[in-house]
Amino acid sequence: MLNEITTSRSNHLIDPIFHVWGWEIPIYLFIGGIVAGMMIISGYSIMKGRITEPDCSCRILPRISFILLSIGMFALFLDLEYKIHFWRLYTTFEIKSPMSWGAWILLLVYPVLIANILMAPPEYLNKYIKNPGNLSKKFRENRFILNATSYGNIVLGLGLGVYTGVLLSSMVSRPLWNSSLLAVLFLISGLSAAAAFVHMIARNVVERETLARADNIFLSIELVVIFLFITGLLNSTEVQIKAAYLLLTGSYAVTFWVFVVGLGIIIPLLIQTRAVNHKVQHTAIAPVLVIMGGLILRFLIVEAGQYSHWLNAHF
Amino acid sequence: MSRLGMAIDTRKCVGCMDCVVACKTENNLPEGFDRDWITTEVSGSFPNLTMQIRTERCNHCSDTPCVSCCPTGASHIHDFGGVVLVDHDLCIGCKACVASCPYDARYIHPDGYADKCTFCIHRVENGEDPACVSVCPTYCMHFGDLDDPNSEVSKLVASRKSSVQHPAAGTKPNIFYLE
Repeated sequence: MLNEITTSRSNHLIDPIFHVWGWEIPIYLFIGGIVAGMMIISGYSIMKGRITEPDCSCRILPRISFILLSIGMFALFLDLEYKIHFWRLYTTFEIKSPMSWGAWILLLVYPVLIANILMAPPEYLNKYIKNPGNLSKKFRENRFILNATSYGNIVLGLGLGVYTGVLLSSMVSRPLWNSSLLAVLFLISGLSAAAAFVHMIARNVVERETLARADNIFLSIELVVIFLFITGLLNSTEVQIKAAYLLLTGSYAVTFWVFVVGLGIIIPLLIQTRAVNHKVQHTAIAPVLVIMGGLILRFLIVEAGQYSHWLNAHF
Repeated sequence: MSRLGMAIDTRKCVGCMDCVVACKTENNLPEGFDRDWITTEVSGSFPNLTMQIRTERCNHCSDTPCVSCCPTGASHIHDFGGVVLVDHDLCIGCKACVASCPYDARYIHPDGYADKCTFCIHRVENGEDPACVSVCPTYCMHFGDLDDPNSEVSKLVASRKSSVQHPAAGTKPNIFYLE
């Protein structure tokens, strides 16, 4: 049966294919996710009292998170069409707006990262801070600051990771995004990418092994969440079923199956499983694949989500 | 509080685009951007085909995802008639409202803010009809208070078979298409 819709509208970025968000948003969502994962890992390490260990990744992760998050924020800034008004985000708190929640979460993340950095400050800070070793000792020995940084990292990391998904899943207008599992998917993907990153850079052998094992669990959970996400869409309305098929067999199928599921999850999972069982050596191949998979997942969801639509004519 | 809306008679609309031109002129819209537009939908199986021509715009929904998602409060519901508006001075151009609209009724103005149909609120507050309604040569567009059972739009919606766009999206649109 024919159902042909033509329109006289030709608004920029809207017609013929809706595409208001370019590369900036997926980059920002990926960075938000991996930073969230790093904060959770770092917070857990501090909780376990490992901040005093010289080779603990929780000494380096906040510095990397700080830089990465600033890059992510800059990408978000680049996406704004009315850049000189960005400060308007901080003149109000809109309780129903996930983006407003995110803006304020990001503002709270920085003090926690700075507190975490000051617990084990990098040497170049010697130039700017008088006796940084003494300061960091005070930070590490102050139970309140220690707990606040530990739990702050975990709670804000969870908030940041979930928010990156809720930002999209709250939009009923894009059938592919409109699933609450997207928040879980982005959180677990962020955790997985962060664990892969620590697995790659860890100097401590025990930590490397632990994070590789943790990443295998995260990747397995991510596969289950992807399965549930797709199943949920397939059992929903017509537009959501069509949105699911965009990934399963449609124009985004190759990216989904090859780069996200295959190279981004299954292959690194197999490699890392052999590595933790000492069948092969730990290399950077699996972690790099996991991180790239996480990045491609964000691009895929943002692109395919914008393509999915209530108007059947768009499919 | 009133609830302003429209009833658009798809049997009368001929797709002449007078409403589109009137809107662009009245609101001084930039070239290449439209707050309202004409949609033609052909459906069925040959030779049993039907064609519907309709004029479309922001549905000024009662349940507004574009207002909920706005991080600065720029997108808001106006006290007068529940019209959905954008405060250009508060808008940061994040495009969340553009993405959250199931009808793709919004766009980013070249000056950087989100823009859309205002029901010509500057005219309506002075007792006039929106520009698109006032110029329609077939009188297919009817504008008024949907909460007033005695208004023309309420009577038309009550007496004629009508539909709204994508009702399953749950936005409760206030533009009704009479069939």
